Amino acid sequence: MNCRQVVELMTDYIEGILSTDERARFEAHIAGCDGCRAYLAQMRTARKLTHTLADEPLPASLERELLDAFRNWRRL
Amino acid sequence: MGEGIEDSELAALRAGDEAAFRSLIRRYHGPMFRLAMTYVGDRGVAEDVVQESWLTCVRGLDRFEGRSSLKTWIFGIVINTARSRRRKESRILPFASFWRRDDSDQRRPTVDRSRFGSDGMWQSGPLSWDSIPESKVLGDETVQHVRAAIEALPPKQREVIVLRDVAGFEAGEVSSLLGISAANERVRLHRARAAVRQALEEYLR
Repeated sequence: MNCRQVVELMTDYIEGILSTDERARFEAHIAGCDGCRAYLAQMRTARKLTHTLADEPLPASLERELLDAFRNWRRL
Repeated sequence: MGEGIEDSELAALRAGDEAAFRSLIRRYHGPMFRLAMTYVGDRGVAEDVVQESWLTCVRGLDRFEGRSSLKTWIFGIVINTARSRRRKESRILPFASFWRRDDSDQRRPTVDRSRFGSDGMWQSGPLSWDSIPESKVLGDETVQHVRAAIEALPPKQREVIVLRDVAGFEAGEVSSLLGISAANERVRLHRARAAVRQALEEYLR
């Protein structure tokens, strides 16, 4: 495996769906390759950062409207 | 998430428990808003979609049969609401054409070939971010770049990365929510994550 092939397997590796053989070859390559090791760490950081987009706060006005709707609907 | 938690949450919602509803809408607002943005591309319209989706959920709570998880059901409603909103908007805006021309299901090299030598090994490999302070790597400005990178993605990649990495769904749940194969889900996810990483590399150099 060369670096150009390894980078295209990064997601399958992170997802844990490489075959046992592919996984072994992937890890053997990574062990000796600074660039691919950095790339893998960056893929993981990118994913962690992407998850922080979930933190967008619910606007107070929308929260009030939704709670009103919930209250009214339950009362019917 | 354990199914037991969802069951008791559903029971609380059906009983009209406002605290349970508040906790639900706070928890899912971010991912729902990001997902809505994927389809409509305008903050105001996306907020409308989120609101309309919640109203649909509230009205449907009693009819929800629990064939999927509560979360999957809610996000399915967001997708339907946002898609039908997009169809209406697309008569006015040229947004829909992005979807038709989207080649996200094709496997494509995700790293510029010029970065590799003829042997396929890195010529200009990525540099580790270990020496950059964590406060910068995980800082607000970096998050802005992530958001911009995701908004710039072709829509089919965007919906997958938002469902997987923002909303936290498993691969199988995303395939069934979007009605796509596991293979297509993976190709789209891989291209999307690689693009976000690339944008970060350019910013954090």
